[in-house]
Amino acid sequence: MNLRESARIAVQGIGANRLRSALTMLGILIGVGSVIVLVAVGNGSSVAVQKQIEGLGTNTLVVFRTRGGFGGGGGFVNRATNGTQSTNSQLTQKDVNALDDKTQAPDLAQVAPVVNASVTATYNGATYAPSQFVGTTANYLQVRNYTVAEGTAFTAEDVTNRTRVALLGQTVVENLFGGQDPVGATVQFNGIDFTVAGVLTPKGSNGAQDQDDVVIAPITAVQDTLVGQTTPLSDITIEARSRGAMSDAADEVTTVLLGTHHITDPTTADFQVLNQATLLATASSTNSVFTVLLGAVAAISLLVGGIGVMNIMLVTVTERTREIGIRKAIGARKSDILGQFLVEAVMLTVLGGVLGVAAGLIGSRFRIVGVTPVVAWYSVALAFGVAIAVGLFFGLYPANRAASLRPIEALRHE
Amino acid sequence: MSRPLLVLEHVDKRYDAGEISVAALRDVNLDVTRGEYVAVMGASGSGKSTLMNILGCLDLPTSGRYVLAGTDVRLLDDTDLAAVRNRLIGFVFQSFNLVPRTNALRNVELPLVYAGVKPRERAERARAALDLVGLGDRARHNPSELSGGQQQRAALARAIVMNPAIILADEPTGNLDTHSTAEVLDLMDDLHDAGRTIVLITHESDVAARASRVVRLSDGRIVSDQFQTARGAV
Repeated sequence: MNLRESARIAVQGIGANRLRSALTMLGILIGVGSVIVLVAVGNGSSVAVQKQIEGLGTNTLVVFRTRGGFGGGGGFVNRATNGTQSTNSQLTQKDVNALDDKTQAPDLAQVAPVVNASVTATYNGATYAPSQFVGTTANYLQVRNYTVAEGTAFTAEDVTNRTRVALLGQTVVENLFGGQDPVGATVQFNGIDFTVAGVLTPKGSNGAQDQDDVVIAPITAVQDTLVGQTTPLSDITIEARSRGAMSDAADEVTTVLLGTHHITDPTTADFQVLNQATLLATASSTNSVFTVLLGAVAAISLLVGGIGVMNIMLVTVTERTREIGIRKAIGARKSDILGQFLVEAVMLTVLGGVLGVAAGLIGSRFRIVGVTPVVAWYSVALAFGVAIAVGLFFGLYPANRAASLRPIEALRHE
Repeated sequence: MSRPLLVLEHVDKRYDAGEISVAALRDVNLDVTRGEYVAVMGASGSGKSTLMNILGCLDLPTSGRYVLAGTDVRLLDDTDLAAVRNRLIGFVFQSFNLVPRTNALRNVELPLVYAGVKPRERAERARAALDLVGLGDRARHNPSELSGGQQQRAALARAIVMNPAIILADEPTGNLDTHSTAEVLDLMDDLHDAGRTIVLITHESDVAARASRVVRLSDGRIVSDQFQTARGAV
């Protein structure tokens, strides 16, 4: 008996018990659909994190101060120098100047010193505390991929001249100005007047951090007014010459800073060079674990759907025992009966799979728990393929049972 | 004398039911020649149905030999037995045994499907068989839409569509009223007249009266074997 004949009989069998077939298909539909949606959610969050990191600047290296080489990061300034450190455990302008030297570090394109400050901004009675207040040089904008939407960016002259100007992120503008044009207005940060030079183009918030909740001002002005001249740098943000030169650049930074800090053993370095590319790799490997977990949970529901198929096929075989007997009496071979029931099981899962793919694609169009799902086409192919495999696997036992029935016993069955 | 179409030699059939072994057939010897119309009679439990199952290759004898059209069926495997049932035997059952939710034409086509006949030829042959039993106009009806007599005629069409060597009918009129019984038996007569070999199992003597030869079974043994009319007698 050929496939077409088996398919025709299978359609008849499925049509004879519409509700039952529909419920069985629903199991597969949910399995396939959830594989697609959950993998899309995992994938979507991975894409979001990737964008977030890329938003920081893809060629970016960040140097943080650490204490005696033990982890820990960032901008915890104003700490007493660790006594066991040789001379200079802080990041200073001297380090910046050394890094800016093209003969020592040819793979660095831009070097921007950063001081962070904790400020409260007031304007016309409105107060707001931005989550990030950055004092830096003009090239920071380029390194961090910030652009100015209104007004103008501050320049190298502004830094040299210690001009009290500031660039505001969109979130800060909304909280302080609520609709008014901020460019040219005077805002107080901790009571010190700064003129708003421009507004940054929104980068959007992506999960962890609102990138628009930021104020950027010339480092010299910030040191004059908010943090003090002697306060060390929070970090040094560096742009490498190209993406390919990232690891060379990181090596050069390490060599230069070991020199300026008079450290001979690299394992005792009092700073850490954070490579955006490494960060990206770490984040995406974390995310792929997450995606695999989500996919595995969904795969279990697909398995459960498969058990549903097997269950229904066993019932069908029992119900149609007599028919199997008739078919065998008029010349059906074992393989004919096996094929007939196998095709019916696979047809159930294929139909369920097709509907599941449709449901999955539709479901992936909505935002789910704050993530915009991104459909991974491999998951569609995989889910559909597994659905067919599930039909074959779970259909095989009932079909084999049907095929092995002895004709006289099958004919006697009521 | 032509060579016998089927030969049973010292056939025994025992069923093992736990400790007890029940003998359903004991030392049955039977030759049927091409063109014969044999009625097998016997009370319930006499072994008629067991004989029918063995003749139809649905079951194998415990011992003894069964040769059908020159083939010893005890030497065949499952696949070959399926092919023998498909090509050499046409079944008619007491309870019609049409495949449900499948119209008369499709039912008659089924043996052709398993024989691998192409769809166009299949439909032609099935239609011809239905016309022969007078059901040409009911071809598209499902079994549930046919009367008992019509269902049995469709089953008869299915039994002959492969041009089998032998038609095996197990109490074909057992579930039919008098009128339908007459119709079906008339058809069997026609088939016999057309030269087909028929083995019919019944416990009704007026049904057996139509056959050319009557074999009586009792307690698993053949107790009598008589030719009763000139028709088909050798």
